[in-house]
Amino acid sequence: MMSSNAATSDKPVWQHRTTGKQLAIWFAWLVFVAVFVACWMFISNRTEWYFVYDAPRIAADIWGRATPPRWPYLDKIWKPLWDTLNVATIGTALSLVFAVPIAFLAARNTTPSATLIRPIALLFIVTSRSINSLIWALLLVAIIGPGILAGTIAIALRSIGFVAKLLYEAIEEINLDQVEAITATGASRWQIMSYGIVPQIMPAFAGITVFRWDINIRESTVLGLVGAGGIGLQLQGSLNTLAWPQVSLILLVIFIAVVISEWISAMVRRAII
Amino acid sequence: MLKITALSKRYKTGDDALKAVSLEVPDGQVLGLIGPSGAGKSTLIRCVNRLVEPTSGSIDLNGAQLQKMGSRKLRKSRRKIGMIFQEYALVERLSVMENVLSGRLGYVGFWKSLFRKFPQSDIDEAFRLLERVGLDHMVNKRADELSGGQRQRVGIARALIQNPELLLVDEPTASLDPKTSRQIMRLICELCEERGLSAIINIHDVALAKLFVQRIVGLQAGEVVFDGAPESLDSSVLTQIYGEEDWEATSKDKASENEEADPDDVNVEPSNV
Repeated sequence: MMSSNAATSDKPVWQHRTTGKQLAIWFAWLVFVAVFVACWMFISNRTEWYFVYDAPRIAADIWGRATPPRWPYLDKIWKPLWDTLNVATIGTALSLVFAVPIAFLAARNTTPSATLIRPIALLFIVTSRSINSLIWALLLVAIIGPGILAGTIAIALRSIGFVAKLLYEAIEEINLDQVEAITATGASRWQIMSYGIVPQIMPAFAGITVFRWDINIRESTVLGLVGAGGIGLQLQGSLNTLAWPQVSLILLVIFIAVVISEWISAMVRRAII
Repeated sequence: MLKITALSKRYKTGDDALKAVSLEVPDGQVLGLIGPSGAGKSTLIRCVNRLVEPTSGSIDLNGAQLQKMGSRKLRKSRRKIGMIFQEYALVERLSVMENVLSGRLGYVGFWKSLFRKFPQSDIDEAFRLLERVGLDHMVNKRADELSGGQRQRVGIARALIQNPELLLVDEPTASLDPKTSRQIMRLICELCEERGLSAIINIHDVALAKLFVQRIVGLQAGEVVFDGAPESLDSSVLTQIYGEEDWEATSKDKASENEEADPDDVNVEPSNV
């Protein structure tokens, strides 16, 4: 109602967007909807709808076969479950050893050289992050053979980038007054680090670590699918032999393990802040 | 004695923060540095201990040429210069005691400081200083649990445990209430007198400065425009430093004559001065 008044009077006109911008936004929406519809048609044409219509019946059938879970099989799961937890925990710990120095080299305010070393550190981070731990495991099983070691290293390699990225962002956000104050006392470079910077990033560090550990528990449960040890190996074996009651038991155990790990990481985070 | 000669600072942005400032501070003198925001007060005191690198000029503290020093020598000299900050700049997540002891970092090796193994003499001195500033009952509290005034007292203890020859004080009262401001200013000035310390105190509150310091230097656009006793700081001088304003008005009915007055500059002047 204001706009019609403003157009006729001398009062200054204010618009959120110019007409050109508004048109551009409409056009972008048009393109988006057109692409969406085109993709929908493409997928629809290539789907065997017969199988999809059949899906509820098959799902019900599998559910019927999978219940009740085969409880006695639990005895055979404890060991691989323990392996899985170890892969996640040791893998996370191992990643920290590399991630912490890389984070300090990558953070703009702590890097020794922003033109040379920082890009290298960032390259490490991107490389680690761009490859899923399942792929890392696939490569490592081929290189060092199947087993828990491959799984642990795969988890560690994937986690380095994750932890280092979040940690270097935390380092870049610290309060510089505190660093300045420690510098002014005549402290050395390493003392400035341990008094001015480390206390400030401790909560972030602890939060990131348990968060990644929590993710790694979930990721390590599937590493067995490619031969990297743990409970995934059992899962694959059961799937291949169509032993559905075992599959359901394993999924249930993984579910409980993940719930417990989330509960632990939530507790740790609350304790540290 | 601190002797600053033709000190200039040009920031990368091209701003001339300081234009050939020369200043002598004799031993035991408490100097109040006043001037509008952006006049270069913070830059000036940070150039003294080279938290900001001066572009040219010289800084002589008791015969040591600070501007020429390499990083090792500079750290040794910084131990002799205590610094107190506007937002206290305590390491928030460390205890009061750790914050005070951080003033000794320049005297303690890295590993000892990392494991908090400070010499007993430092710890004795820390207790003594905390008692002097009235915080001996808060030794193990975390810095972020303290009130503003208490934090600034910790900041003062941290600066004094360096056993400094000079104190650099940056807006010590800007974040405090009027009563605490006076207490903190009184404490700083008393301690300077007890120890025969010289100090440069950046301060916005002209009335407070007049009340406590022995000498006032007015900085305007990077140049010293006034240097004299607090008593000689009258309206014409204030106009010279800060620009046109009704400086005589100290209560609302008088101030209302000058409508565009910046209220911040007027109401900080207590009516009893």
